[in-house]
Order: sequence, then C-alpha cells, then structure tokens
Amino acid sequence: MLRYLIPLGLFLILTIFLAIGLTRDPHTLPSALLDKPAPTFRLAQLKEPSKTFSADDMRGKVWLLNVWASWCVACREEHQFLPEYAKVVPIIGLNYKDNPEDALAWLSELGDPYTLSAVDLDGRVAIDYGVYGAPETYVIDKGGTIRLKHVGPVTPAVWSTKFLPLVQELNRK
Amino acid sequence: MTRLRIFAPLLLCLLLAPVQAQVQTEEQTSGDPVIEERLARLSHDLRCLQCQNQTLADSPAGLAADLRREIREQMKAGKSDKEIIAFLQARYGDFILYRPQVKPVTYLLWFGPFVLLLTGLLVLFSYIKRRRDAIPEKPLTAEERRRAQELLQ
Repeated sequence: MLRYLIPLGLFLILTIFLAIGLTRDPHTLPSALLDKPAPTFRLAQLKEPSKTFSADDMRGKVWLLNVWASWCVACREEHQFLPEYAKVVPIIGLNYKDNPEDALAWLSELGDPYTLSAVDLDGRVAIDYGVYGAPETYVIDKGGTIRLKHVGPVTPAVWSTKFLPLVQELNRK
Repeated sequence: MTRLRIFAPLLLCLLLAPVQAQVQTEEQTSGDPVIEERLARLSHDLRCLQCQNQTLADSPAGLAADLRREIREQMKAGKSDKEIIAFLQARYGDFILYRPQVKPVTYLLWFGPFVLLLTGLLVLFSYIKRRRDAIPEKPLTAEERRRAQELLQ
C-alpha cells in the first residue's frame, strides 16, 4: 500500500507547489529598498523647469512617489484613479524617460493629480529607486523611509487593501 | 536594362533603410576597449529586469541600456566589479544576478539537485541489494550440473 502512497504524496506536493506558482506574477519582484531610506535626488520640475524638487523637501510628510510616462500604457489606465488618492496623500510624479512636451500634453489632456512632477530624463533617479517598469508607486514615510513599493497600476482594489491602511497608519505616527 | 537602372537606387535605399534605423538606436560606448570588455563579461551575469529571461548583455530594452551606461560610468570612476554588483543588488535585489549567490536561502537551489541524486542512488542501491538477497542461492544438483555441461559442449 505504502509503495503507491509515496508517489501519490509526492505528486500532490508537486501539484500544490505548481498551483501556488500559477497564482504568482513573476514580474513583480520584492523591492530591495523596502524599509530603507528613499534615495535622495534633485531634479527639475516638469511644469516649472527653473525650480527643482528633492525627496528631502517632503520630510515630515507621508507621500507617494509615482513613476509615470506618457509612453506608458498602464499609466494611462492608472491615471484616472489618482485624483481620488491625492485627496488622502500628496503624490509626487517621477516623469520617467519622457519627452517633457509629451508629458505636459498628457497632463493637460488627462488632468494633473500630482503635487508636482519631477523630470527624470535619462532614468538615473529611477535606477536609484530600482525602477524596472512604469507605473511604479512608492510609499515614503515621514522619516523618508520607503514603506511600500507597488509595480503596476494602483487600482482601487490595490489602493484600499495595500495603500490606504498603510498611509493612514503612517500618518498617525 | 534601363528599368534596372531606375530600380537599382530604389533597391539600394530599401536595403540601407534598416541599417539607418539601427544606427540611430545604438548606444554610446565608452570608447575604452578595457571597459567594454569588462562590461561584456559582467553584463552576461546580470539579468535584465524588463525582459527577465535575457541577460543585461543581450537585452535591447531601454532599462538595460541605462544600466549598461551606469555600469560604464562606474567602471570609468574606477569601481570594481564587486562594487558595481553590490550597487545593483542594493537597488534591484538578488534577482538581478543571473548566477544566484551561495547563501542560506539558496542552499536548496544549489545543493537540492545533489541531495536528490544522492537519495536516488541510495534508493537504487538498496533496491538492487534487496532483490539480490531475495534470490535464494541454491546450488545445482549433480543431475543439473551434468545437463548444463552437456548443453555447453
């Protein structure tokens, strides 16, 4: 009897592992920067190129860094939800490897939910943040620590389960 | 013949068009053969995060080109391969390494196959041994020995 049960057991274990594997998206990677200080940077602002923005300017606030670009299709999908989130927490855009003219046209067409957008023309700041695709969204706490990274559009479902509770908790601190 | 004369330049244009397009997207190299050689070697061990089954050396993705530029700059600045890998690992995690490091979380990955092989061999040997023990050793009788002798001759 046992000699039949062992292969069956092994088969079931394999099936369970494969089934778990199917539910996971291999494109989402754990961020190496989680609970690490957000890399500092100083970049020109999209709407006022003479002004700069630094991550340090947001010290003492909980904020979102949202990596977007006008060439990014999923960003367009996400964009419609951002005004709702911006009511709760300031969102800083990181305009990633974009043509500033296209980016401005995009914002005037779809609306601008961002407190401001910083221009990362050659993607250097994005490398510091470990960005590997847009959109990506980071939650950064009052002390300037990265508390969450989300790859892909922040849909309302993602917002209410992952972002909102965390932002509220961080704001209470 | 005249027709060929008209078509030849057109054909030439068509042939050259893709080359033109390729030249435009080609990335800037450092111009230093030592750095290019080091980059080629290093980027074969690094993963492109955008198209995950390609190395940084092979990938045409924008991010891969950016990372190659970053590596070139760091090499120019005199960073060692180890420092550059540490830099990338701090940002993108272990996943950027095509060759996983040997550390407790990857022990199963590195040594698992050998453990399986060893287990398989043990099972095989014990099976063979059990079978061999199961066959009773029975000496031939005088009659059988005579018949075997006959058949062999």
